[in-house]
Amino acid sequence: MQALHLILLLFVLLCAVAVAMTKDLLTSIIIFMGQSLAMSVIWIMLQSPDLAITEAAVGAGVTSLLLFVTLKKIHAIDVKKKEGEGHGPDAEGL
Amino acid sequence: MARMRKDYETSWWPRLRRWIDAGASPLDDALEKALDETREGHQVLSQEEAAEREERAEARQRLDRAREARMYARFREWRQQKGRRWANMLYRLLAVTVCLAIIWVLLETAAYLPPFGHADNPAHNEVSRRYIEDGMTETGAVNIVAGMILDYRAFDTLGESNVLFIAACAVIILLRLPDARDGSGHTAALLEAEADDRMYEPKNDAILQATARLLTPFILMFGLYVMFYGHISPGGGFSGGAIMGAGLILYLNAFGFKKAERFFTYTTFRVISVAALSFYAGSKAYSFFTGANGLHSFITPGTPGRIFSAGLIPYLNIAVGFVVCCTMYAFYTLFRKGDL
Repeated sequence: MQALHLILLLFVLLCAVAVAMTKDLLTSIIIFMGQSLAMSVIWIMLQSPDLAITEAAVGAGVTSLLLFVTLKKIHAIDVKKKEGEGHGPDAEGL
Repeated sequence: MARMRKDYETSWWPRLRRWIDAGASPLDDALEKALDETREGHQVLSQEEAAEREERAEARQRLDRAREARMYARFREWRQQKGRRWANMLYRLLAVTVCLAIIWVLLETAAYLPPFGHADNPAHNEVSRRYIEDGMTETGAVNIVAGMILDYRAFDTLGESNVLFIAACAVIILLRLPDARDGSGHTAALLEAEADDRMYEPKNDAILQATARLLTPFILMFGLYVMFYGHISPGGGFSGGAIMGAGLILYLNAFGFKKAERFFTYTTFRVISVAALSFYAGSKAYSFFTGANGLHSFITPGTPGRIFSAGLIPYLNIAVGFVVCCTMYAFYTLFRKGDL
């Protein structure tokens, strides 16, 4: 249990650094989502399930979605790179 | 008549008067130049003199220009070789210094924190003891957190719900398309926004739809459960509302705006938000009024652990949950197509 806790904390730390270091905005949002998810597991291990639920719904869900939509609105998702691959951006899931 | 100075016309007072009369700016030196020219016109210059003067001026200008170019070249060389390195070094040095300073301050602060969970901590005072020991009998909520945020500190939670509502209002003011307000349904701007919105994704994704059809009822049910049992088990209005909002967003993503609009429109958002906040404010005003004046209140804690217990807490949970749910969903739709 202690080991898992440590691994999760390290993962959160790593994600936090990676979000800041990543050049691609889409990637950094996905990393941010992963960080939130790990954080919600940590909340459960700290015996506060209500916070875990909220973190999963708000942090991993709604916040990232709003960031995605904002990226889309400002046309910051790079489609040109993927247009040559036949399926276009749909193949990437977004 | 007094004698006039020779340069009277260019001194400040006539210039001010001219400015007031005709609007010629005193800072504009074109006028001065014109006056100078007229004055110079009186001294007759010979052709050679004028040419010589011009040549001298040109030579001086050339010299100046050459000197400037030399200086600029030297500066550019310096900037590209030494200066850039120097600025980079300074930048890195400052960045590292600032980072180290912040890390040091944070570590120093953390070192002063009392040990985690120690009995002598300043957080363990009569307030938290009262919450833990008498919270259940006084509020009737088994979940002490719910008792705290919706009974002892209900005023805080009202403020938080209002902050969410105001945020939603601000987003509506900023992002709602003006054409959407005349009530004629799908206008050109709306359609364009939706087409723009669909640019990156397939319209009716089979996998997404199948998953959403399976998951959405459970997500909504779980959200309602978390909301209704907020005073008994961990959770509460905010968590439940966030879960329900996420479920609605999933439904919207899978099935599109047309199906979502069957049960959630701008009117729904308005009615639910305002009704929930008014109910919260009204019921809390009643309990503050009776509590402060020592009057008899028909709100009783009831039997802790029952679903209909804990006085107002379950109803307040539901109100907060609906506000949060509507706000989340409204944020998402407004971000996406500028209308609910």
